[in-house]
This record gives sequence, structure tokens and C-alpha cells, in this order.
Amino acid sequence: MFESLTTRISGAFSSLRTRGKLSSSDIQATCADIRLALLEADVAQSVVEDFVATIEEKSLAALLTLQSGTNQASAIFEIVNKELVEILGGSARRVRLAKNPPTVIMLAGLQGAGKTTLAGKLAKFYADQGNTPLLIASDLARPNAVTQLQVVGDSIGVPVFAPELGSGTGDPVKVARDGIAFAKAKLYNMVIVDTAGRLGIDEDLMKQARDIRDVVMPDEILFVVDAMIGQDAVRTAQAFLDGVGFDGVVLTKLDGDARGGAALSITSLTKRPIMFASTGEKLTDFDIFYPDRMASRILGMGDVATLAEQAKKAFNPETSAKLEKKFENGEDFTLEDFLEQLEAMSKMGSMSKMLSMLPGAGAMKKQLDNFDESELVRTKSIVQSMTPIERRDPKVLNGGRRARIALGSGRKVSDVNSLVERFSAAQKMMKQVRNGGMPPAMSGMGMPAMPKGPTKSAPQKKKSKSGNPAKRALEEGQ
Amino acid sequence: MGIFTKFLSKIKGQSTLSNSDWEELYGELLASDLGPNFSRALIDEAKKSKGENPEEDLHRILLSQLSRQSRETIRAASGPTTILIVGVNGTGKTTSVAKLAALFQSRGSKVLLAAGDTFRAAAVEQLRTWGDRLGIEVVSGKENGDPASVAFDSAHAALNKCVDYLLIDTAGRLHNKNDLMAELGKVKRVIEKVLPINEVLLVIDATTGHNAIAQARIFTESIGVTGIILTKLDGSARGGVALAIEKEIGVPIKWIGTGESQTDFSPFDSESYIRALTQM
Repeated sequence: MFESLTTRISGAFSSLRTRGKLSSSDIQATCADIRLALLEADVAQSVVEDFVATIEEKSLAALLTLQSGTNQASAIFEIVNKELVEILGGSARRVRLAKNPPTVIMLAGLQGAGKTTLAGKLAKFYADQGNTPLLIASDLARPNAVTQLQVVGDSIGVPVFAPELGSGTGDPVKVARDGIAFAKAKLYNMVIVDTAGRLGIDEDLMKQARDIRDVVMPDEILFVVDAMIGQDAVRTAQAFLDGVGFDGVVLTKLDGDARGGAALSITSLTKRPIMFASTGEKLTDFDIFYPDRMASRILGMGDVATLAEQAKKAFNPETSAKLEKKFENGEDFTLEDFLEQLEAMSKMGSMSKMLSMLPGAGAMKKQLDNFDESELVRTKSIVQSMTPIERRDPKVLNGGRRARIALGSGRKVSDVNSLVERFSAAQKMMKQVRNGGMPPAMSGMGMPAMPKGPTKSAPQKKKSKSGNPAKRALEEGQ
Repeated sequence: MGIFTKFLSKIKGQSTLSNSDWEELYGELLASDLGPNFSRALIDEAKKSKGENPEEDLHRILLSQLSRQSRETIRAASGPTTILIVGVNGTGKTTSVAKLAALFQSRGSKVLLAAGDTFRAAAVEQLRTWGDRLGIEVVSGKENGDPASVAFDSAHAALNKCVDYLLIDTAGRLHNKNDLMAELGKVKRVIEKVLPINEVLLVIDATTGHNAIAQARIFTESIGVTGIILTKLDGSARGGVALAIEKEIGVPIKWIGTGESQTDFSPFDSESYIRALTQM
């Protein structure tokens, strides 16, 4: 998601960066670009206008205190980044656990937002952390929603309280009430209540949701919303806020290519944070929502933090420690390490998804979309056909060895050659990354299209009190 | 709330609009999911046409953006009319399949359903429940089985049972997942070994924003969408994205879903759509 917004905003900034010194009309032009990009990303007009007005005002102020064009562009970039993070909800908030268990989480949202799937993902997320969740099937409207929840519950080993078959029969409020009593009796420490999808304007169904809320007394009501939703996001979110109320938002289908501007509209208008994001069809495709990471993504800075975290999950700690050491000591990365990584990578999910989190990935969107996932398997088979010595030192690979590897892996010699070539290129790149360093916060300086100059100033920035060059510049100016 | 609802009372009786009026109208178009560029183009066109009544002008201009293609169901010359239903997750495919089946049945046709969504938990049961309610047979396979094989079996069954319509449900898939789009291509090819497919209907949720255009474009490019079912029009969403789709992709909206009951389904009507968009 957000690719197009990313491309646009990065575009606006790269034109800013090429100027020696910026004028207020440069700022206005950039703001106009940002305005259009946000509107195209389905952000509500009122939110866009407020956002752009803030950016413009702060940028013009920064313009007065900073002299060089490059510094000005960076400062403006930081301003946009900071404002985005703020609108997206500041720092990530976690679910408030109840003092006296069970912690009750109730899900609400439009039809087709993905509540039932999300209930399963949420249950798995908390079960994996050592909780004992219970799912309550209170969606008795949609045919077989109950069965769906049962199948999901079975697959993750989480019990489902489902006394009613649903499909239009049974009282969802009673199911919810009995479910809570059951959870208390059986000492489950967490309850997730799935409810029927409803329209914001359907007062009867809204009342039913309120009735469920009143009997389960949730610690958190999560509003589940499809990342692809358009301008209706504002009306629907408001209707749910007024109708049942909610404490947090869950964005689903973030693995699509929607620009997801609704996220901005909803958080900005309801002042409720986005707490979780759902990013795929598998029950593990789910994570806590990080506003700062999303802002980085919008601005084309990639989402290195998430990538690192996923890698941590997939790679076993020993291997990672070994690699890290190698990396620090400046040792060469071998094909053996490469194979281990390939294996860990296949655990992490699709390659294109991971690559899309890298800085500058926005520009490679087309290539990423057409990434052939089976390439990974082919590459693996080639490396697996090598002897340990060959894996450690690819330089020994003469013609004969290459022919043998090709035969063993069922590939052509040219495939083996191109792998070896690409591998040495990758080795070189690793060295570059090591020497260049990769700042964890990926400040504006990390932008791929940035001129070389400011890279040096990055460490200094981190030492500053605010971490925000614009703000600091303002302070210094005063 | 239609585009004109707030606006009309303000400009009542005026034949020329001020710039701020136009900007307000632009905002209303934006709020209907028409997007910034399309909205701007519409405003520019409305400004140029110096009609007596700005409201009528805009109504006419909006209407002229809609596709001129036929919205009738494409029927098979002989044998079963085969309709494949596709779309992203959660747009209402299974419900639309059931509603469409009920509609054909009420017109006296014999219908067969195929439960091609073998992926989502209990999707097969969801369609079967509908089949039981309507008294329509549902061809299904194993959960997590190959959807192409279900589709293939259903095509044979449709021929053998001499039905008038075969409606094939498929699993929801995001259009940016190449492997899943390729799977859909396979389903289509396998059916076409038995029966020609007459219609590929793409189900689009009326609450969707700009992404609906990407959905329509990519589904059309990959499997040749012949028509669109616009669902959830009973909510607060204006469904303006349908207009943007017809304008940009040229695929006609054929059906609209307007509620949870099986009868909340009707053919798309340009006039009443634009009227609802502007005045409701």
C-alpha cells in the first residue's frame, strides 16, 4: 500500500532537494503536490487541508531559519514525517489488559472488513504470547460465520464459544453474555468477541452492537476497517464512534495496493489510534501497527524496523549472532550463509513483501510485483548442489565444477554463472552497507535520492534533544 | 447524502456560481470518491457548459461519463450461460452469487452453483446454506482443494443437468497477488475446456475508494471482466467510484446489491444511480 503516495511525495522532495535555496513558492508547490497525493490516496478533504496547512506553516518557518537548500529540504521532510506520525496515532499503543481477567476485546465494523479472520489472528497473536484466549461467535447474521470462526479456532488451537449455529438464527447478545460467563468459569484470561458486520446507518444493528457491548463490558472495542475504504471511512468511523464507540482501529488488507489514506482520515478525525495491521491471508500475517514505520513507508524511507523484526522471528538466534559477528568483523559473507538466509527467508513469507519494506522500494514497485517467488527455490537448489568448499569459497568454481552443479540442480550452467555473479555483487553490496552504516531511525538522510552531503550529519542529529531538525533549528534561531 | 443535498439549498435560484460555490462542489465530488483529477475535470466541464441550471448541467455531465455498453447479461447461444464471479476479499461475492441465483430462479430459470472458494474457512458452507434456502444445487469439492477442479466438475454438471445458468463463486483475492490472479486464469481456462464463459463479473464494494479502479483494471486485464456488481450501496457510501470505473476502465456496472436480504439486488440503472449520487 501507499506506494503511489510514496512515489509522489518522494518526487516532490527530490525536486526540492535539487534547488540551491528554497523560496516560499517552492514550498507552496510541494504542498500542492502533497495535497493531490493525499487526495488520490483517499484521505478526506478536510484532513488533507488541515495537514497541508500545518506543513506549509511549519515549513515556511523553517525556511527562515535555515540557509542552505539541502538543509531546508531535509527539515521540511522531517516536518512532514513528524506530522504524519502524529496523525497516524503517535507511538503505538498496546491493548490494555484487564486487572481482573479476562481481558475482553470486542470487534466491530462493516461487512467484509475482515472481522472473523481478524478474530483468529488476534487470538493467535495473544495465544503465542502465553495467553489463553477464548473466541466468542456472536456473528449470527452472515451464513456460516460461526462455522468459519470454528474452523479458524481449530486451526490455531483456540477454543470457540459457539452455542448457536447462526446463519440468521439465535440471539447474539445472549451468546456474548454466556460466553463471558463461560470464560470466567473456565479461567480464560482473554476473550475476543466477533460480531456481525453492520452498516453505520443501520440503527437496529447498531443497537444490537451496543447491547453486546453492555453485556460483555469490553476492555477494548476495536473498529475493524478495510484499508481500501474510500471517503466513506469518515462517515462510517463516525457512525461507529457514536453508535458503539471504539478505543482503537485495526486496518485489514494492508497487503493490497491501496494507498490507505483512510487510515489518516480515521485517526485524524476520531483521535483513536490504529493498533493492529493485518497484512495477508495467513493467520500469522498480522502485527502491531507502528505509526512511525507507516510514516516512513509513506515517505519512501522503507520499513526497515518491521523487516528487522520479521527477520528476527525467522532466523534462529545462533545463526543471526554468527552472521552479525561476521558482518561486524568485516568477514566475507559466504554461499553457506546465503543458503541459511534463503531458508530463513522462505520462512518469512513472500520475497516481494519483504523487499517492499526496504528504503527506496517504492521506485521498484513494478519489479517487485513481478518477482518470481520460485526463483528462490531454484537458487536454493543450485547452492545445495555445491560442495561445502565451493559454498565457502566460490572462487574455486571452475568450468567443470559449474557443469556438475548445473547437472545436480537441474539448471543450466548459465544459471549457475549468473548466481555466482549476483552473489559476488551481493557481497560487494553488503560491504557497502557495512561501511555506510544504516541508521536505525532512517532519518530523512537515509533517502535514496538524497545527495551525499548530509549523510555525515546524521549521527549528530541523533544526539540532538528533539531529534527534529526543524524544531531544533527553530530553537537555535530564537 | 448526495452531492447536491447541502449544495442545492445554497445555490437555489442562481444561474451562475461563484468560485467558492464551485470549490464546494468540487469537495462534494471528492467526498463521493470521484478522486481529485476526475472531480476537477467534471467541474471544468460544468463551468464551460453555460446552461440555465447548474444542477441539470452536472447531472447531464455525470450521466455522460457512464459507459454506453449494454448492461444486459450476455447469454449463451445454446446450453448453460456460464458466469464466473470474482473480486477482492470481503466485497460480497458469495452473497452476490446467491442473490443473482435467486433472481434468475425467480425468472423461471434453472440455476446451478459452484462453490469455488475453497480457501476461506467455511465459504463452501456459506454458499451451501444459500443453496439450501433457495433450493438450488451446489457443486463443491474439498476445502483447500483445487478451485479449478470444482469449476471443471460444475461445468460438466451444468451440461448434464441442462441448467440455464451456472454461477461459479471464487475465493477473494487481492489483485496485486500475481499467483492468485494466475490461479483465477487457470480456473477460467479449465472451465473453457467444457463450456465457454459468457460473463466474468467483478464484485466491487461501494465503500471502496480509489483502489476500486486498480481492482477493475487489473482483474479486467488478467481475466477479461465483462461486468461489475456494485455491492453495499445501502450504506452511507455514495458509490461514486463506479462512475470513475466506467469512465476509466469502460467496464459496465451490471448489478447493484443494496442490502442483506436476497431480494436486495437489481440491475444497474444509470439514471437512478446518478440521481441517487447527486440528490439522495
